[in-house]
Amino acid sequence: MTRLILYRLGYGVLTLFVVSLVVFGATQALPSDPAQAILGREAADPARLEALRQQLNLDQPLALQYWHWLAGAVVFDFGTSLAGGMPVAELLGPRIQASLTLMLITAVIAAPIAMAIGAFAALRRDRRFDHTSSMVTLVLAAVPEFAVGIVLILLLATGALQVLPAVYAGSSEDVLSSPDQLVLPVLTLGIAVSPPIIRMMRASMIEVLESEYVQQARLKGLPERTVIWRHAAPNAIGPVAQVIALQLGWLAGGVVAIEFLFNFPGIGKALMEAIEARNLPVIQAVTLLIAVVYVVVNLLADIVGLAANPKVRVSSR
Amino acid sequence: MSTATAAAAAPESAAPPRRPGLLRTAWRYHRTKIGVVLTAAVLLVAVIGPFVSPYSPTAMAGTPNATGIDGALFGTDNVGRDVFSRFLHGGYTLVAIAVLSALAGVAAGAVVGIVAGYLRNWADELLMRTNDMLLAFPQLVLALLLLSILGPRVWLIVVIIAVSHANRVARVVREATLKVVEQDFIKSAEAIGVPRWRIMATEILPNITSPLLVELGLRITYSVGTIATLSFLGMGLQPPTADWGLMINEGRVAITVQPWAVVLPVAAVAVLTIGANLITDGLSRASIGIDRGVEK
Repeated sequence: MTRLILYRLGYGVLTLFVVSLVVFGATQALPSDPAQAILGREAADPARLEALRQQLNLDQPLALQYWHWLAGAVVFDFGTSLAGGMPVAELLGPRIQASLTLMLITAVIAAPIAMAIGAFAALRRDRRFDHTSSMVTLVLAAVPEFAVGIVLILLLATGALQVLPAVYAGSSEDVLSSPDQLVLPVLTLGIAVSPPIIRMMRASMIEVLESEYVQQARLKGLPERTVIWRHAAPNAIGPVAQVIALQLGWLAGGVVAIEFLFNFPGIGKALMEAIEARNLPVIQAVTLLIAVVYVVVNLLADIVGLAANPKVRVSSR
Repeated sequence: MSTATAAAAAPESAAPPRRPGLLRTAWRYHRTKIGVVLTAAVLLVAVIGPFVSPYSPTAMAGTPNATGIDGALFGTDNVGRDVFSRFLHGGYTLVAIAVLSALAGVAAGAVVGIVAGYLRNWADELLMRTNDMLLAFPQLVLALLLLSILGPRVWLIVVIIAVSHANRVARVVREATLKVVEQDFIKSAEAIGVPRWRIMATEILPNITSPLLVELGLRITYSVGTIATLSFLGMGLQPPTADWGLMINEGRVAITVQPWAVVLPVAAVAVLTIGANLITDGLSRASIGIDRGVEK
């Protein structure tokens, strides 16, 4: 088991290395001149072009450029932003915090609710609640999350029911100061991450409920409540934990469209602003960060999956 | 698995009761029927829309963000163009790009998956490892990264989405191939010296059509969502093109004054993805035989 985990860890590090190559390759190693691409029409001024090339280390050989960039990225130094000249890390710090807050609130609220719905659907298998929840998750899983967000805005922030603000207004430092502004983004993200959790919880719970030890517990005459909470539920959670972890990884990328829609000052909005302004160091930093979170969370999900699987835990040590 | 091949390979096993085809089994589910109706409705709008629209999608029809004016059923958008005309024109690009990238992705994934699953050599190892690396990127973020640097171009969107589909499809196809490869008819084809490419094309491929169809449905659903999201983020089709994702982006600021400019395209995207997903679910239920009622 330890060896398996070590293998996965080593593989994760390799993946991170490849991810950094992709991010760097896509942005800086292109055959076209990034400085020219960034400046666009203003590239006619040779002095500005030269200054920008210097700032981006474009005059150095590619391998050296990559090394400098990676060495910086490891200690969270992504150079200076091209707009305003602030260090990228300083610029992104509060944004990361805001996004993490959003993701954390979503996870804490959505995961237990989704698990409860899934478990209840399993207990009511083939009854009306089960069919309804299966249909609703199927529908919600299909619709792109920004469309879900817009529907929620149309329902709750415009027209007859104007109970919530449609977009976020405020800075990234005090996200928690106005909770009503967080409701719609959290609700949208929650709806987006829940369907797979609900389906997995239902499937896992059904499997456990049909197992012999649950049957045994029932035959012993234990009250149904004890059977479900002490015997069934704890054993059903293992595979679901993995799905929850994967969904959290998805959140890292999924926040981009949602933050853009709700004007929420997190990394997603920072990425869209950086793309708009062709702010290369910020684009590199944000995409790398999102990919790193994604890889690390997937790795954790893998390890959780290994740890939750008794066969692996016992046999191969 | 197609019954024809299985029966041909094992004629002695006294003709098993012929299972109805995947599509017919899927059609028995209500959700498939609903899905087909929803998808067909949106496709109809996308295909016929451009021919019946009252205005050109880029022509001015009145003052910006106006509703309830004569001649413009759903009012005008943020520049003053007819919302209904733009809605009718905005579908076919999204549908075409989505279907094209899904087809390309599933085709590429099928080739990679079959080769990896059948040959099981260094190519398998290499393909699956590079796949793992590709999977390390969230699809949308990878697309944003490349499009922001190379510029939002349609062919690039198709390539990026097709590639990110291909590696996910390849995994599924490889698993399906592994199950087929174990069967006797493959071994017998190998024994009589059928070339390996022919075995892959004529023995394995026809036996994995069910998972491939399910994947195609799934990938079309995802493609529509991703492409609409990219357009919504301003990294897809560019103004002044009429496109549902882009319309949502342009209309969202004035959503309180002129909701129609957002409601129509959002409804279309939502109905299309829901319809495609319902069909996919019907197909996948039919292919793995979840249907308890019929199996008994």
